[in-house]
Formats: sequence, structure tokens, C-alpha cells
Amino acid sequence: MTDLVRTYVLLAYTWVRAAAQYPVSLAITTVAAFLVTALDVAAIAVIFTHTRSLAGFTLLEVMFLYGTAGLSFAIADLLFGNVDRLSQHVRAGTFDAMLIRPASPFVQMAVERFAFHRVGRIAQAGVVLAIALPGLEVPWRRAWMIPVMVVCGIVIFTALWTLGGALQFLLTDAPEVANAFTYGGGQLTQYPLSVYGDDLVRGVTFIVPLAFVNWQPALYVLGRPDPLGLPHLLRFLSPAAALALACVAALAWRAGLRRYRSTGS
Amino acid sequence: MRTPPSWRCPTFSLYLTIFRYGFRRHAAYRAAAVAGAFTNTVFGILRAYVLIALWQARPGLAGYDVADAVTFCFLTQAFIGPMQVFGGTLDLAQRVRSGDIALDLVRPGSLLLWSLADDLGRAAYLFLLRSIPPTLVGAVLFGIRFPAEALTWAAFALSVVIGVVVSFGLRYLVALSSCWLFDDLGVQSLSLVMTTFFSGMILPLVIFPGWLGTLARALPWAAMVQVPADVFLGKADLAGALAFQALWAAALLAAGALATRAARRKVVIQGG
Repeated sequence: MTDLVRTYVLLAYTWVRAAAQYPVSLAITTVAAFLVTALDVAAIAVIFTHTRSLAGFTLLEVMFLYGTAGLSFAIADLLFGNVDRLSQHVRAGTFDAMLIRPASPFVQMAVERFAFHRVGRIAQAGVVLAIALPGLEVPWRRAWMIPVMVVCGIVIFTALWTLGGALQFLLTDAPEVANAFTYGGGQLTQYPLSVYGDDLVRGVTFIVPLAFVNWQPALYVLGRPDPLGLPHLLRFLSPAAALALACVAALAWRAGLRRYRSTGS
Repeated sequence: MRTPPSWRCPTFSLYLTIFRYGFRRHAAYRAAAVAGAFTNTVFGILRAYVLIALWQARPGLAGYDVADAVTFCFLTQAFIGPMQVFGGTLDLAQRVRSGDIALDLVRPGSLLLWSLADDLGRAAYLFLLRSIPPTLVGAVLFGIRFPAEALTWAAFALSVVIGVVVSFGLRYLVALSSCWLFDDLGVQSLSLVMTTFFSGMILPLVIFPGWLGTLARALPWAAMVQVPADVFLGKADLAGALAFQALWAAALLAAGALATRAARRKVVIQGG
């Protein structure tokens, strides 16, 4: 395990140094990463210039949901998001090279072209959360859930990216399918789930556990009843959901790796 | 003496051929296009719910009703493929960096029109595979307001084509910027910011407040999503909408032609 971390950090550091050779580009891409994600908040702000509540939630509550999910998503994307480039490596034959190097192919995939500029997104989500939290006056006896939900969110999104990568062993020509679940998950969790249809909410609670990234724990933090009347216990199940999905993702990745056939090029 | 065929004015038939090849080149990646259509559909559904929630809170906001908002939402997803609403660049940028641009500059045709014909071919293919399916799924799941009159359909078709030209004009300038900047990632990300926000992709420009809305509706990005969508919904004065788009398309192509001339003088061919 420490070996994996050491490999990861070493390779990440190498990529950051490589990116720093173009300092202007690195600065612009970091700022742009901040701005691109800030646009989603701008959209929320524009929506709330027209209404005081969206599907029963106020601006600060939506910003809280956005900030927690955004933080999880951005950190998972920075650390493991590159796994979704698997199909490119399979097609180019460069994945073969990773398999013969003395390091975990998963770590190599995750850190390949480590995109330091994505810290811009992490910063953006952090700023939104920092603005929303004081206004919400969350009591300390419920605030402990906030770091827990962010960590669980990171695990859930990482597992989704890994599943997306594993799927690309099968769908080498159609990597974009995975985006529907990874980036789609990021989009879905920006808004209170009460916005979406009931069936969709049940689907992301019991099948793809995106509701556990922020929705269920946030209902606890904000002290709100579940609009769908789902069991109260679900609010505390984020760690279990994250762990279960991580196990599924690890199995899928291994299964994909076993059935991998090189393109031979 | 008769002019040999290769010396005849190559213009139209040449660009038509490039258009066809652009179409066929992208047709080789059918699975990728289908996957893109799937992702666009999923995002269309997610964004539609948000807009529905807003229009339920504020019925009739900005002259749209819920059906208009849902239609708008699926149209934005439909435009992503052909108009590359997520900014992006052209293969050209990569060719500037690899030096292959030297080959493009000696080809028997203008670099600008050559790239445009190729890009229109790409857009035509992606329109079939990535625009029509999400719209149909949206129609089945939520109901979409289709134009009733043939004139609106014709205007919409023209509006989409000009929208693609505007999108091309912007991406061409981004791509050529790598002649000066070597690394165009920064410009690309700025283009992504401007395009997603000011095209109407994230939210309809009609609900942007005050001066921001006025500004957004005057910028070229509006010609990519907001204007064609308004034509489809019958919310726009047709002549005015098409003139607005055509003006920006002409201005961007002119800027592209000037930039190409400047790039020709700038380009350094590293001998082999």
C-alpha cells in the first residue's frame, strides 16, 4: 500500500513538473478550471434571481449540496479521473507498456498526465462551501457528518471512475458511455434530488448509490425530512454504500484486466 | 490547349469532396458517436428536471412555458455534437505543433475553407447520430414542442448550419492561436468557459438578468445555441435571428482569413 502511494506521488510530481514547463498555460488552465466550475454556481445564482426556493430548498442549502458534492467530485477527479482514458491507451497500445512496468497499472492509469490544474475546481467547490456554511448555522452535533460525507463522496466517485475504466475494457470504442455516470453523477448531485423524478431518485439511492454522496447525509446535516419518505437510517449509510461500491469497482477492474487482449500494435 | 483537370478552378467540387471525406472520416467512429448521444441524453434528462423545477416555481418566466424550457434543454444537448459546445479546437492545432501544418499550407485550396468543409462534414455526421436521438428521447420522456410550419423548419435548418459555421470560426481562431502560443490549452479552456456559459448551454440566455443578459445575447456564442433554439421554438423574428448569426459568421471567417495570412508569415518550417 505505501508502495502504491509512493509510486503515485512520484509520478504525480513528475507530471506537475512537466506541466510547469509551460507556466502561463498552467496558470491559465488552473484559473479556467476554477471558472468553468464557477459557471455551475453562476447558473444556480441566476436560477435563484427568479425564485426563492428550488424544489423546496433555499439558495444556501443548494450551495451546501453543490459544495460538498463538488469537493468530492473534484478531488476524486484530480486523483483518479484519468482512469477514464483507458480506451485511448488500449487503442494506442500504450496500455501494454503499463502492464510490464513494475507498478500497479491502476496507479499508472490514474496518475498518467496528472492534471494539476484541476485543483482550481477543488478550490472553487471549497469557496462555495465556505460561503454557504456560516449562513446555514449547522449545529456542531450534526456538523461531524460534513467531513464524513465528503470522504464518502470521494470514494463513491472514485469507484464510479474505476467502473467506467473497467467498462472500457469491453467498450473500447465507446468510452463516452462512462461519462454519463461519472460526469452525469457530478451534475446530478449539484442539485437537491427533490428536483428529479421519484423513480430517478430511487434509482440513484438503491442502484447507483449517488444519493449517498451528499443527498442523504445532507438531509441529516440540514435536519430536513426526506421528501420521498425513505427510512431515516439511510442518512448514516454513506460509508457502507461507498465501501460496497468500491468493492464492486475493484472486482470489475480486476475482471477487466484479466480479459484484456492487446491490440498488438 | 485544354486546361488539364487539375488546373481548373478547384473551388466547389474540391470542397464538396472534402466535406464528404469529413463526413466519412467521422462515420468511422460510430460507436463513439452513439456513446456521445447516450451521454447527451442522460445530461438532457438531468438538466430538464432542473429547468422544470424552475419553471414550476415561476410559470411563464421569460416568455417560456415548461414545454418550451424542456425543448430548449434537449436542443442544447442536440447541439453539443455538431457545434462542439464544449469549446474545443480543430485537428489543426495538433498539426501546428507536429509541423504537419506545412503540408496543409501547400495544399491547392485555402486553409480556412478546407478546414471549414471538413468540419461541416463532421457536423453533418454528428447531427444525424448525436442530435436526433437525444431529441427523440426527450420527446418521448417529457414531450417536446416541435415547430408546426415548414418555414420554421427551413429557417431552423439554415440557423443550425450558420451556427456550425460560427462555432467553426471560433474554434479555427483558437487552433491558429497555437502558431503563436505553442500550447493552446489555456486558450482552449477560456474558450470552454465562454462557450458553455454564453451560448445558452447551461441556462437559456433569456433568463440572464439585466445587462448580463443583454451582453450575452449580443455575443457570437449566442448564435450557437440560443438563437437556433429560439428559431425552433418560434420565439425569434426569423430574418433578424438569421441576420445576427450570418453577421457573426462573416466576421469570424474574416478574422480567420486575416489570422491565416498572419500565420503564413509566422510559420517556421523546421527542415527535415
